[in-house]
Amino acid sequence: MCRRDIGIGSDLIMSARVVVSGLQFAYPDGRVALRGVDLEVEAGERVAVLGPNGAGKTTLALHLNGIQQPDAGSVSVGGLPVTEEHLPEIRRRVGLVFQDSNDQLFMPNVGEDVAFGPANLGFSGLELEQRVTDALAAVGGGDLISRPSHHLSGGERRRAALATVLAMEPDVLVFDEPSSDLDGAGRRELVATLAPLEMTQLIITHDLPLALELCPRAVIMRHGRVVADGATRGLFLDANLMAENRLELPFGFKLETTPKR
Amino acid sequence: MGAGHSHALYIHEHSPIHRMAPEAKLVAAFAVVTAVAVTPRQALWAFGLYAFGVAGLVAAARVPPRFLALRLLAIAPFVLFAFFIPFIAGGDTTEIGGVSLSVDGLWGMWNILAKATLGASVSIILTATTEIAEIIRGLGVLRVPAIFTAIATFMIRYLELIVDELGRMRVAMAARGYDPRWLSQARPIASAAGALFVRSYERGERVHAAMLSRGFTGTMPALDHRAARPREWGAVALIATCAAVISALALISS
Repeated sequence: MCRRDIGIGSDLIMSARVVVSGLQFAYPDGRVALRGVDLEVEAGERVAVLGPNGAGKTTLALHLNGIQQPDAGSVSVGGLPVTEEHLPEIRRRVGLVFQDSNDQLFMPNVGEDVAFGPANLGFSGLELEQRVTDALAAVGGGDLISRPSHHLSGGERRRAALATVLAMEPDVLVFDEPSSDLDGAGRRELVATLAPLEMTQLIITHDLPLALELCPRAVIMRHGRVVADGATRGLFLDANLMAENRLELPFGFKLETTPKR
Repeated sequence: MGAGHSHALYIHEHSPIHRMAPEAKLVAAFAVVTAVAVTPRQALWAFGLYAFGVAGLVAAARVPPRFLALRLLAIAPFVLFAFFIPFIAGGDTTEIGGVSLSVDGLWGMWNILAKATLGASVSIILTATTEIAEIIRGLGVLRVPAIFTAIATFMIRYLELIVDELGRMRVAMAARGYDPRWLSQARPIASAAGALFVRSYERGERVHAAMLSRGFTGTMPALDHRAARPREWGAVALIATCAAVISALALISS
């Protein structure tokens, strides 16, 4: 693990190494979602998780903080295994940003929603207020604090949802389709918000330009397995691999002309 | 629902009543409604005093009289029923405009009319000056079990989303030429209701997962809020005492 100061608040934010090995999981209805996933993500690394619908990407995300318990295999975050007795600490370390922000914003207003996580961690009073202010400032949403969640625009909702997770000061951020409901400007703002965050990040997405812009490394999942793992640009250049996994760059997108990061 | 960022019953103002802590307002409203309810119907002077007090609160809360009148229409069905009582009740009769009416029935009508109007006015003042989330928080402060306040919170948070979803389904149906006129055409509505139920259930599961992800362990965390100040409880005590004294005097004198 390594300590870094990401500049929100005065606290040092940690980023943690994530190790997934031999992860298998079937839903109660018999649908097999994960057939042995192996994945190692270094502390502070940013990895895109790509693949067709139904590949098991979201199920993998739900295993990273123990919402789903594996049938076989294991997950560890910063050396701590994801097991029943470690769940409170694991859920502090791993922040999950859900696909539908409405699922994530369940309190009457944004401020109370952002406070929900840290309050569960035992914070109260001024410390709690500080966490809420810092988290909202980190997403550029200080003005959202007293707004009711159901009157936010798509981009505001996305930023508020991210703030609810940042307020836990997680070491690992896991995003499920962060750009799916955003317009062009909202998407650019999202990139600008995520780029400076230095915790470990896993970004599940169909948005290949987003993956290329944010993540030096990508993995491709299919049928519950990791079928490719490498430099994002390198994977995109492999036409066969891309076609096999139903991955397509948008019309007119030229890899050769995108700036290298 | 309501314009801007509030519910339809709320009036955005900055009156002293808006600023009061919700738990204080809830206690005051409950006290006044109870006092009104137990006041004997013959004590006309008592109802006059209540009306005066409520009018004072309406003015203090800066609730426009027109708004109050429109909201009071909600009790019209009950009041309409009250108008029949003088015609159907028995006992002594009196003649008004050539029509024979039951005296007891007239009192009964007055009783419903006066108490319903006063009670409804009080709750209109409460909702016009307090956001729903605040009312729920006030209930929590007053020791209503957290499970009820949590359910109410989620219901209000997701009701609009469900209504939106229903609206989209109706548009999708209409877009494909669905125009129900007969009962036999009701089937798609039933299946839409079913789909809505399943979607809401699935959302419930996802929301629960989101709560667990942020360290939820079964109890909602207590978030800090400004507690009611002694002065506010003083105002509550004043309002409640006035109402109680009026009803007590009315009870004694009847």
